[in-house]
Amino acid sequence: MDLSAINPILLVASLMVAATPLLFAAIGELVVEKSGVLNLGVEGMMIIGAVAGFATAVESGSPMLGFVAAAGAGAGLSVLFAVLTQYAQANQVASGLSLTLFGLGLSALMGQSYVGIKPPQMQKLDIPVLSDLPVVGPILFGHDLMLYVALGVITAVWAVIKFSRIGLVLRAVGENHDAAHALGYKVVRIRIMAIMFGGACAGLGGAYISLIRVPQWTEGMTAGIGWIALALVVFASWKPWRVLLGAYLFGGVTVVQLNLQAAGVAIPVEYLAMSPYLITILVLVILSADKSSAPAALGRNFHAAR
Amino acid sequence: MKLTNLMTSAAMAFGLATAALADDPTKVGFVYVGPVGDGGWTYEHDQGRKAVVAEFGDKVETVYVENVAEGPDAERVITQMALQGADLIFTTSFGYMDPTINVAAKFPNVRFEHATGYKQADNVATYSARFYEGRAVQGTIAGNMTKSNIVGYIGSYPIPEVIRGINSAYIHAKKVNPDVEFKIVWAFTWFDPAKEADAAKVLIEQGADVILQHTDSTAPQAAAQAAGNVITFGQASDMAEYGPLPRVSSIIDDWAPYYIARTQAVMDGTWASGNTWDGIGAGMVGIGEISDSVPADVKEAALAMKAALADGSYHAFTGPINKQDGSAWLAEGEVADDGTLAGMSFYVEGIEGDIPQ
Amino acid sequence: MIRLEKRPQPSRAWSLATPLIAVLATMIAGGLLFALLGKDPVEAIRTIFWEPLFGEFSFYYRPQLLVKGAPLVLIAIGLSLGFKAGIWNIGAEGQYIMGALVGAGIGLAFYPLEAWYVFPLMVIGGAFGGWLWAMIPAYLKTRFGTNEILVSLMLVYVAEQFLASMSLGLMRNPEGHGFPGSRNFNSYEGASSWINENAGMHWGVVAALIAVIFAYVLLNRHMVGYHIRLTGEAPRAAKFAGVNPARLILFCLGTSGMLAGLAGLFEVSGPSGQVSIDFNVGYGFTAIIVAFLGRLHPVGILLAGGLMALTYIGGDIAQSNLQLPSAAIQVFQGMLLFFLLAFDLLTNFRISLGKPEVA
Repeated sequence: MDLSAINPILLVASLMVAATPLLFAAIGELVVEKSGVLNLGVEGMMIIGAVAGFATAVESGSPMLGFVAAAGAGAGLSVLFAVLTQYAQANQVASGLSLTLFGLGLSALMGQSYVGIKPPQMQKLDIPVLSDLPVVGPILFGHDLMLYVALGVITAVWAVIKFSRIGLVLRAVGENHDAAHALGYKVVRIRIMAIMFGGACAGLGGAYISLIRVPQWTEGMTAGIGWIALALVVFASWKPWRVLLGAYLFGGVTVVQLNLQAAGVAIPVEYLAMSPYLITILVLVILSADKSSAPAALGRNFHAAR
Repeated sequence: MKLTNLMTSAAMAFGLATAALADDPTKVGFVYVGPVGDGGWTYEHDQGRKAVVAEFGDKVETVYVENVAEGPDAERVITQMALQGADLIFTTSFGYMDPTINVAAKFPNVRFEHATGYKQADNVATYSARFYEGRAVQGTIAGNMTKSNIVGYIGSYPIPEVIRGINSAYIHAKKVNPDVEFKIVWAFTWFDPAKEADAAKVLIEQGADVILQHTDSTAPQAAAQAAGNVITFGQASDMAEYGPLPRVSSIIDDWAPYYIARTQAVMDGTWASGNTWDGIGAGMVGIGEISDSVPADVKEAALAMKAALADGSYHAFTGPINKQDGSAWLAEGEVADDGTLAGMSFYVEGIEGDIPQ
Repeated sequence: MIRLEKRPQPSRAWSLATPLIAVLATMIAGGLLFALLGKDPVEAIRTIFWEPLFGEFSFYYRPQLLVKGAPLVLIAIGLSLGFKAGIWNIGAEGQYIMGALVGAGIGLAFYPLEAWYVFPLMVIGGAFGGWLWAMIPAYLKTRFGTNEILVSLMLVYVAEQFLASMSLGLMRNPEGHGFPGSRNFNSYEGASSWINENAGMHWGVVAALIAVIFAYVLLNRHMVGYHIRLTGEAPRAAKFAGVNPARLILFCLGTSGMLAGLAGLFEVSGPSGQVSIDFNVGYGFTAIIVAFLGRLHPVGILLAGGLMALTYIGGDIAQSNLQLPSAAIQVFQGMLLFFLLAFDLLTNFRISLGKPEVA
């Protein structure tokens, strides 16, 4: 056992990269759930984003264009879910699960000719002086652009929900759609916008995996990260900053676990891998004392004439 | 059982039909555990299938089903292929072992080939590759090229196949570099690119400048490239797109020669059950081109090792070798028997850490 | 302008017609997809829907429909009870795993004893394992008001890790040459759930049929069923009618967990045969879809389970006969679900053209 082999600075830096796909997907789903909609199709939208982003980046040579396409593809797929749940009044749980199934299949079809190709590389942000600072340099200034975009999205969502009128309306719709409707808000339209935002974010998260974190395209490569994102939203009790904290915790457990293994510490891997979920349940229980945390209308469909 | 009779007679009818029409193509089925686009295990099996098509042209008809879950789905898919007149069926995952044996009992006229298993029958042969021979070559290069003397190893699951690879790589790295140390992390997955990338990064951060992987994605290659000054080896497929650095060589699963030979045997009526465990010599384990980033003398040593393994003059597990706890395993000059290798569940002396249980 | 008007009562005619319309729409859309992939669309559709039922080898595929459909129906029946009452258990996958693990653990502990009581004990263990796993969200819900959707989902991941640990550790077959996975129950007579393997009959199929009848009677003839329906349709009225919500939650989650656990046990001791890392193949999640496709009605679920099983089996045949990629089959199934969910609209709503009436 040699714990001194673990470099805490590098550990934090790589933990941030590991957490970024989760951040994107979770912050998007947070907005969706704030509007009172539960979309279980995050995994499907992520993988569509992963393949669309990868294909676009390879064809155009520009990773940035890839990310744009990924957001578009994620949002596009989410429209299917929006139509089903908002217009056709289909059950959200079943629709979300179907969306994941559909997305996994469609992405595999789209990606058939992209297996074994190396995507164009995204340059790391290299800020002179700052990036070379000890400790804070590698942690704060040594990453790729998209990682900062993710942090930016978190900040933006936080600010919008907390301070703006749009945030107020979003919360009103998520808490009580009938009351919001009575106040003259377009419940369905607002929810569709939220769903599409969630889709776009999930797409970005997927593309972050296929273009930066891994980078390659293979079928099923998101390997369950979309599901973890769902857990994360709950863990964060629908608060943007806690999403950040939670993503680092969830992503961190894997990185720390691997670090301990490499340092020769014998650990029961499966039990460590369970821990984030157990912690989430614990958080849920603590939160349930506070009735205000979960959007009251979560998962319930709205029809104006009711 | 009435239904069994029905099935057998259906198969018989097909058998007779095949015999009656001399120019009827030989039908070969493949059952895959992953998608053909996984770029690793299943991809290479499908390359083998394509090689069969290329070799025999109109004389064969191949069919495959991908993403078949181990268990009842596998048994159904294998049966379905047998019913529809396959003459030879390759089942390419360990978890297909019992389903293959079950189906084979119902279709005595169909030949089955199960990869990596240990159960045989009159019409079920098993085959596997001696990947540990490739690991010996990798170990030689790794031991020579590491500057930090730390070699990182990404294991998938703690099963004999993987443990054999670790031992073989370690023994040969140690032989050329007595100071070498192995850091092993278990990913507990065959395929999870994000996790594999994390594992590679962790090993690099902890000082490894050589990464060996027993998982199938290129994620560790990309992580090594990003880190710089780290070398890697392709796994399952060549991963040449990451050469000449970080990927300096690779172990390639090359099923084509075996698939062609077995199909030929069915055509000739000479097929017989058995257990094939081939290595570099028979071409089942391919060593990807050693890139120019490897110094000439090291490359030469690696190629010499490859040649010795190929012609059988050297066995990758040749004594004296002790087990991790210091107890003797192989005496001077003694060669490991296949039985022990097949069930290998211990590290050799010098490797630190425990195999997870 | 197109508007939706909620029907005062769900239309019976439409509820029967929409599944057929949805299947037809899927055939058209799926046919287009297959044509795009360069395959004969008619042949592909025929292979998926016709071949398993009436094709040359249907004598083999028909029993397989039972094997594939039984766990789906068994789990979905349990889930539908809760769904009807607005109690959302989406963690059936975890309960399925835990049922299998507890049941298999009992069986493995008795190995190689051949005794009449081994299998019944395993069945009890399976039911208990699933029940226990579902009791966690149920208890948290009744005690603290914790959201059961999320807790039950989280517990799926915990169960998956537990499964990996068991198949690599405690339950690993000592004669398995070091490979992960337990002993095979198919070679342990006293612990096998098969009744007649060639006919596709195992105790899980029997249990699924019993569950359908049980649910039908419960919902239509029993007080609990009345309470379930009332709670789902009018929670406030249910309160006045004296429904105890906590007991209803414990009953619904407990029953669905128990049935999922049983499904896992019958699967592990029969068709699957052993505990292995990849033992769970998503039945718990697919069953949620089956429950909705069946409109939460016991008979509907039976049919929906059969339909899902058909697309799985037909899809595999299409893969091998027509070389359709498995991804295309997945997309096809996704379409089928979308259409079924979308057209359900017609059951509950009337589409009217023209200006909205003034109230």
